[in-house]
Amino acid sequence: MPKFFTFKGGIHPGEFKFTEKDAIEDFVAPDVVYIPLSQHFGKPAKPVVKKGDKVYVGSLIGEPDGGFSASIHSSVSGTVKKVDKYHHFSGNMEQTVIIENDGQMEKDPAIKSAYSDSITPEKIIEIARNYGIVGLGGATFPASIKMSPPPGKTFDTLILNGAECEPYLTSDHRLMIESPEEIILGALLIKKAINANRLIIAIEENKMDAVSVYEKIKDKYKFDIAILKTKYPQGGEKQIIKAILDREVPEGGLPVDVHAYVQNVGTAYALWDAVYNGMPLVKRIVSITGSVKNRKNLKVAIGTPISALIEHCGGYMGEAGKLISGGPMMGIALYTDKIPVTKGTSGVLIQRKEEMSLDEPTNCIRCGRCISSCPMDLMPNLLGDFSEFYKFEESKDLGVLNCIECGSCSYVCPAKKHLVQLIKVTKAELKKKR
Amino acid sequence: MAIETKLLTITPAPHIKSGFSTTRMMSIVIIALIPAFIGSVYFFGFRALLITLISVASAVLTEFVYQKLCKKKVTVTDGSAALTGLLLAFIISPSVPLWLPAVGSVFSILIVKQLFGGVGFNFLNPALAGRAFLMASWPAFMTAKWMIPRSGTLSGIESITTATPLGTLKLSGYSTNVASSLNSIESLKHLLLGNVGGSIGETSALLLLIGGIFLVITGIIDWRIPLSYIGSVFVLYIVLFLTGVSQLTPIFHILAGGLMIGAFFMATDPVTSPITKKGRWIFGICAGLLTVLIRQWGGYPEGVSYSILIMNMFVPLIEKYTLPRPFGRVRRTA
Repeated sequence: MPKFFTFKGGIHPGEFKFTEKDAIEDFVAPDVVYIPLSQHFGKPAKPVVKKGDKVYVGSLIGEPDGGFSASIHSSVSGTVKKVDKYHHFSGNMEQTVIIENDGQMEKDPAIKSAYSDSITPEKIIEIARNYGIVGLGGATFPASIKMSPPPGKTFDTLILNGAECEPYLTSDHRLMIESPEEIILGALLIKKAINANRLIIAIEENKMDAVSVYEKIKDKYKFDIAILKTKYPQGGEKQIIKAILDREVPEGGLPVDVHAYVQNVGTAYALWDAVYNGMPLVKRIVSITGSVKNRKNLKVAIGTPISALIEHCGGYMGEAGKLISGGPMMGIALYTDKIPVTKGTSGVLIQRKEEMSLDEPTNCIRCGRCISSCPMDLMPNLLGDFSEFYKFEESKDLGVLNCIECGSCSYVCPAKKHLVQLIKVTKAELKKKR
Repeated sequence: MAIETKLLTITPAPHIKSGFSTTRMMSIVIIALIPAFIGSVYFFGFRALLITLISVASAVLTEFVYQKLCKKKVTVTDGSAALTGLLLAFIISPSVPLWLPAVGSVFSILIVKQLFGGVGFNFLNPALAGRAFLMASWPAFMTAKWMIPRSGTLSGIESITTATPLGTLKLSGYSTNVASSLNSIESLKHLLLGNVGGSIGETSALLLLIGGIFLVITGIIDWRIPLSYIGSVFVLYIVLFLTGVSQLTPIFHILAGGLMIGAFFMATDPVTSPITKKGRWIFGICAGLLTVLIRQWGGYPEGVSYSILIMNMFVPLIEKYTLPRPFGRVRRTA
């Protein structure tokens, strides 16, 4: 019986991993793709193309704007129609490169493998930056920045995050099963870049089929497997480090402070593609799930409107109420299906009107479930109260800035209070003041 | 730019919620009280049923009328008012006049609960505060007459009265004979089953324990409070019994009076007990200490309700000093 790693707190909602057995299907890019320049954590990229420019698959269309940004590439070959504001998952209209797809999927002539056995850490980080590699678990943090720790800080362990603890989503699960060697080769590149001495792939116990795939190759590539208890938010960076290494990232600190580096399996795959094939991050796996006729795992060109994916999956089942980019716990509700897939779109979850949970909040009865569920050992009930009464400063001592916004508190609340949302308000207000 | 598509619903995450709700929580507590309710009707007859119904009905009606008059959202369907009425009936004597539970319920709901902001905002347990109000206002009705179990008729209660087991010793002038008969196995058996004089729903330790354990298993209440409360009463009475201060055994003390209903159904009221786990230990132990103090040296034979009410008032203080350490915090900066 293997040991299952876990952390304190958290919840166990229904898993609903409908698409876990469905092989990834290639989705043919539509006639027009809409590639936003803001797809990552940090400043939006600066466009380097203009109307009428010819682009290829993998051509640079947006360059990083300063240190805290990422590059953006074309996912199709064709002609730039325009660079204009377009529907964006954030709810705002954002600068987007709109490209007419010529259907040829011609690769940029500059694309070639940069791999050699003697590839240096600096070269790997440079590729990650130039090829637009960002964390694909949902946070979309630029990988090159993550791989360059502040001076004096070092890593010893790389945790490859295959927890996929969000209900419904199966994109990481399928990728782990279908491309194990690519993921591990990508992870070994990260390991080299950050000079870690240990690689651990972390998988939740509800994906034992994936675990067995890695059991077969773990001696060949010299890495360890950690089986995690199925619990949300097991894939949270701080939770996964605590669960596997029993190290606590200090308040206000980063994983590097405990010498740990966590990266999503999809990101490792993307880095493999970038280094071995010279292909920038222009596609990702998206689970189309929930109330859609045929649920699927699709490999999608970045910039594909979600409406095209839903059409491909046979359309909505019933009357669509909510369209969620990501999982049901942390995903963003979208106002229209015109919004394109971006690097952070790990899934698209559709809820019918009658499936939406729209309960009105009532009074807190102080049952304490939010506290038991909080993986960061906070007091969501108090933080919520402070937020409702605009007492933002008072929340600071209670550690409000530690909140990882996992939503466990809102999930368990019998009074249906929007706790995590109230906490997000406090965090935003405190940020404004700084 | 015009958005021609039909807009979808947007709300903040999470987009799924657990099925658990305030209403469900209250319903489960009410279900847990059913064994004790059946027991109360068995022991004290139709009168117990009548008082319970009056108490519940007036609690629900008070909340409904108040919320209607104040043009607030009516929340009687959440079950909390019904639960308060039920608990209030359970902790008053079956021999009280029928208007008394109604007055108590109005006080509990109107003064203690609604005037402080409704469910979740009362700082005292409404049922216990209602009982304290009745005790202060009509002590003769509340403490003088206790029905002998299985003896009651609707009209004939006046002549058949008894004392509660806890009161018996005090009334006898601390006679050793009375004490030893109270400590006998026979007496303890009656206490366990509930075949003794007392408040409507408090007499059967066994039936309350069944309900209480059900609440612990279903996760409605935290085991820490009943365990620390009953445990501290038990441990203190071991000391007091062995040193000869108490003539009654610790077993007698945990089965007698309102300790079971208090520890499982009153002290665990989430609104008026600490929300932190450490705080719940402190709350339970201090309530146990106060109960022993009142029972042993106070003017009343029983101290459960006042100990819990007093501890209710300490909850904010207890919470302030038992906040959990946030993940990753090395030492408190405050």
